Parts: sequence; structure tokens; C-alpha cells
Amino acid sequence: MSITTPATEATAAREGYFGAFGGQYVPEALSGALTQLVDAWHDAEHDPAFASELDDLRRSYGGRPTPLYRAGRLSEEAGVEVWLKREDLAHTGSHKLNNVVGQALLTRRMGKPRVIAETGAGQHGVATATAAALFGLECTVYMGAEDCRRQRLNVVRMQLLGAEVVPVESGTRTLKDAINEAMRDWVTNVDSTHYLIGSAMGPHPFPTIVRELQKVISIEAKEQFALQAGGVPDAVIACVGGGSNAIGSFADWIAVEGVELIGIEAAGEGVGSGRSAATISEGREAVLHGSRSIALVDEDGQVRPAHSVSAGLDYPGVGPEHAHLATSGRGTYLSATDDDALLGFRRTCELEGIIPALEPAHAVGWLLRHGHDHLGDGARVILTMSGRGDKDVDEVVEVAGWDVGVAKAFGTDRSEPTDNDRSEP
Amino acid sequence: MSATDQAFRGAPAGADRIAAAFARAHAEDRAALVVYLTAAYPDVATSRACYEAAVEAGADILEIGLPFSDPMMDGPIIQAANQHVLDAGVGVADQLALVASLTHLDVPKLAMTYVTIADTRGYAAFAAELAAADVSGVILPDLPVAEADPWLAAAADHGLATVFLASSVSTEERLAAIGSASSGWVYAAGLLGVTGVKSLASDVTRQLVTAVRRHTDLPVAVGIGVKDRASAAEVARYADGVIVGSAIVRAAGEGDPAGAPERVGALVRELRAGVADR
Ligand SMILES: Cc1ncc(COP(=O)(O)O)c(C=O)c1O
Repeated sequence: MSITTPATEATAAREGYFGAFGGQYVPEALSGALTQLVDAWHDAEHDPAFASELDDLRRSYGGRPTPLYRAGRLSEEAGVEVWLKREDLAHTGSHKLNNVVGQALLTRRMGKPRVIAETGAGQHGVATATAAALFGLECTVYMGAEDCRRQRLNVVRMQLLGAEVVPVESGTRTLKDAINEAMRDWVTNVDSTHYLIGSAMGPHPFPTIVRELQKVISIEAKEQFALQAGGVPDAVIACVGGGSNAIGSFADWIAVEGVELIGIEAAGEGVGSGRSAATISEGREAVLHGSRSIALVDEDGQVRPAHSVSAGLDYPGVGPEHAHLATSGRGTYLSATDDDALLGFRRTCELEGIIPALEPAHAVGWLLRHGHDHLGDGARVILTMSGRGDKDVDEVVEVAGWDVGVAKAFGTDRSEPTDNDRSEP
Repeated sequence: MSATDQAFRGAPAGADRIAAAFARAHAEDRAALVVYLTAAYPDVATSRACYEAAVEAGADILEIGLPFSDPMMDGPIIQAANQHVLDAGVGVADQLALVASLTHLDVPKLAMTYVTIADTRGYAAFAAELAAADVSGVILPDLPVAEADPWLAAAADHGLATVFLASSVSTEERLAAIGSASSGWVYAAGLLGVTGVKSLASDVTRQLVTAVRRHTDLPVAVGIGVKDRASAAEVARYADGVIVGSAIVRAAGEGDPAGAPERVGALVRELRAGVADR
């Protein structure tokens, strides 16, 4: 593995660990597949042909590099100079494809004909279905039944792309249960199947592979910022579900002193409300989904249901490198509520003409409400706009109860004005 | 853990009780029957009666499943049983109290749960609680040998055996590690997959048992995929023990709780006949 950060160097002695976090807590049946993956990744990392094929696909197919855009009106409202890293403009509409294309190439190198994936918001599922179509792989995506409902558009997209979508009815019917079900499939079909994990979580080597594949976000942004804005930003801000867009946004900055790395978790109805997904803020050290990290578990070790308006952040765990960045102090992990996210969503639409996904809308909401207090006058930040919000428009209108004119236009106005029915912060 | 560490710590006392159970079955020229049931399922009282009925009907060893919210290795039957217990609000302390009330049953009892449960309580505290509840050993299906040292130290301190799983995809090197880290027995997975969904892959499993024996003198028991008298008999021909879970949990859970002990007893009698039918 290429260990690239001073923070992880000290603990590189233990392969697959970031400080105290990481490892491989999986059934013995997966041992062979993980060893094979470690080897395939090691080979690929040192193979210039892999790098050049990946780079070519990113450019010609994936729409990279994505722009770094100075969001002037949002900056004015936030009191902080905001540069958006536009992952929403990448093919399939989010950062997820960065990881998927790389892992699809690995799948081909391992000679496996089938990929499976979990998905929350459906963005990772769509990206996986896309790569499966591109590479001619069989594809099954597990998605919580509740998430199928609230991200219906993405279910249809996956089906159009030829993937089988399996709604998961067990447990909380959201992302964590989709991961359990994907793991069960993998244990059963490990000979033919690669589990294409969609975030920087899971057993080693996934957190490392996903970071390295998402690192393109910060590599590009660093160059773009130096060129367009000059120097380095005061902070890099990203939303954190399992942590893939955040770790990709942070990776190339970890060694750069003075750049604060701010991860924004989803706090649902508020930290301490019992309806939150702010894992690092509220959780404790625990083993979940194959690695030791921080998770929302009760005193018995039972995983507590998470809650967030955003399906992509509605997860009671977080990748192990974030747990390490949080405990070592290199990263700052804060949270935004559902209400903050809805504000971020609406203001990004109204001020910038960008409909954001609900996930990065958490980061925007935090910036609008707390960014200036936290960062002070004259701060410049890069905020990763990890995806676009087409998938969220129905849910946002329903949850927020906004009358955005749709109901009137179609003569089905059933909305009463509510507390959320406002456009000013 | 190295062989010298193991020798230094000495074989856990729980391992002796497990060894005695296998020896008794061996002396009767049959495989040992290991019966899995989820603790407190469908309720505490019925669960206790089911464990009693299983032993009465001939179970040699009990595996007591301590429910986890996210049981990655389990199929729908055991998942549903786990969720049922958690929904009823029966926590780990209550489950262990139930286990502690089974001392009158003269068979070794092993706790089967996930590493998250053991880890959250703290390995040392969990091992102490299990030992106090008269448990002889532990099975943690998501704890591979490479991550197990801290747990093994705690288990050894409290005289608990630790049974590791071997799979048909395990390399010789891993089988060697599994053989030397295990105590009590080695658990050979009868198929690639989760509990209670598919049937045993017999040829592959037989080969796996042979491969495991190259690395250990411990008994080798086969589980996952055994569900009735015929499959129990088939496995008993080449393994020292036969482990049955989902079929028994299903018997406990389907229908009236009052009839659960009787249904469990009837199935265990069948399986017990199977393991002698080699
Ligand atoms: C647009 C977008 N951003 C962020 C996330 C959260 O995932 P991660 O934390 O891995 O970036 C998702 C997940 O579905 C997403 O779709």
C-alpha cells in the first residue's frame, strides 16, 4: 500500500490500520477474496497501464477534471469565500464514479464477471451500474426499501442501466442493512463476485483503495486553487457519510499544514435527539461492517438506527481513517441537522443556480450557519459539492413542505405554509 | 498466538469440558451433536425450556446465540430470531442470566455472537461474564485469527475455549493458523454462504475436514447447511461433530411458543439418530 500521509506513517507497521482503526473483521469465507484484492491493488498501483487507463476513462468518459468554481453569491451570504469543487458535474452526477471506475478495472484484472454494491442515496448504485454496463459485468445492487422509496429516480436509472436492484426489507431498511445484505451475497458468491464497496469503509484494503481512487478530488482542487485563487485555502469542507468524498477531498491536503480539514456529518434532528447520523460526534469505538472504527452502538454493542433526511448520510458508521483523523486531531468533525441541510439545499439553488444533492447540502448549510463563526473574517474554503440533487427534489419538497409552485402549476396544491416555508436563513 | 503462548497459558478449562463431550460421543461410535439456539427466543422462559428439551433429546453441546442487530453471517431465519429478541428488549445481561440458569444441564455451552458485542463490553469483561455464566467457550464468526490476539488473551484468562471457523477458501497457511489458535474444536463451514439458506456442499466439505485435520488434533465439527437427519448422517461419516442451527431455530419459532420445546426435542432426536447413523 502506498502510505502517503505523515499521520498514518507512524502506524504503518500494522497493515490495514489507521492508528487504532481499520483491520479485517470478516468471516473466514472472505479471507481469500480480500487477499486477492490486496494483491490486485498492489499490482495495479505499480502498473503504469492501470494508471493510464484510469486516467483516460476519467477524462474521456467521466468528465474530469471537474471545475473548481468560486461561488460568489453564496460567499457573500456565508461571509466566507467559497470555492465549490464540482463533483456534481462528473458523469452520473456525483463523486462516486471515481471509485467505481477504478474498482471495475480491478474486477476485470481479477477475472470476476459480477459486481455487487450497496447504495444509500442510489448514487453509488448508479455509478456501479454504469461501470457494469461499460465493462460488461453482471450487477446487483442492494438498497434499503426505505431508500428505494425516497430515491426512486435512482432506482429507475439503475434498472435502465441493466442492474438488478434488490430492496432490502431487514433491520432499518436503509444503508446499513443494504451493506449487511451485500456482505451476505459476497460470502455466498465470493468466487465469481467482487463487492464494489462505495465508501471509504469496510475491511482492509477497501478504505485505502477508495481513498486512493477518490484522491483525484484533492489533487485537482489543489492545483486549481493555486492557479485560480492563489495559495492554499484555510479549510477544506466535505460531508461525511461513510467518508469517501471527504477522504478524497482531504487526502492531498493532510500533509499541508494550516489547512483545516472539516468533515460535516448528518445530525438529523440534532445531536443528542436520538434521531441523528452524526457518528463521530455521538458514537464510540466499535467494529462495524468489517473494520474497527467509530459507530453508533448502544452499551450492549447493538447498532443504533441512524436518521438523516439524506439517504447517503443515513449510516451509523464511518470509515476508519476518519476515526483516526478525528482522534489524532488532524480532522475536525462537526455536524449539520436536517434543517441546516434543507437551508443549504435551497440557498445553493437560489443563489448559484446549482441544485445540490442533500448530502453536500449539509456542508453548505453548516457553512451558512456556522462557517463565519468557525473560520473568522477573510477565510477562503474549498467545499466539495459531491453530487447533484435531481434525485432529491421530490423528497425535499415533501419533507420541507415547500410550495415551490409545482403543486399550483398542476392544480394539486395541498401544502400549508410551514415553518420551513421560507427562503431566508 | 504462537504454540508456545498456548502452552504457556495452558489449555482453557472450558476446552476440557468440550473435549470430554466429543470423547463421549466418540466412545459411542457417533459424531457429537451441537445444537444452536438463539438466546431468549421466542421468549426467555420458552428459550430455557428449549435448551432443556434439546439436551434431554440428546444434544451433546449447546451453542447459545447472543443476538446482534447486524448479523452478517446469518440468513433470514436467525436474523429474524435476533431481531425478535432485540425488539422484545432482552439485552445481553438478561441473556447471560438465562445462560447462567442452565447449569443443571450437563453439557458444555458455547456463546456464539459477533465481535461487536464482545468488543463493546470489553473483551476482558465479556469473558469474565461468560465464565461466570458457566460458559465453556466462544465462537465469533467475524473475528479472524489475525485480529484475535487481544480476545484470545482475555478468553485464556477466564478459561474459555475459542472455536475458529475454517472455510473451503482458506489457504493451507490460514488453516494452520486456525488449527493452532482454536481450542475446543475447529468449525468447518459446510458451504460458502450464510446460515439457513443453502444445503451442504458435501464433497467440498469433506475435503475441508481432511485439510483441517492436517493442521490440528482437535475435533472438527461441520456446520452451516445441515438441517435434517439425512444431512446429519452424511456429515457424521467424516466429521467429529455436526452443528445444526437454523432448522432448530425455525422449529422453536414456528407456531405456538408452548409447543416449542416439544418441536425442538423432536427435531433433536431425529438429528441425534442421524449422527449415530454413520
Ligand atoms: C452526492 C453524495 N455525496 C456524499 C455521499 C456520502 O458518501 P461518502 O461519505 O462516502 O462520500 C453520497 C452517498 O450516497 C452521495 O450520493
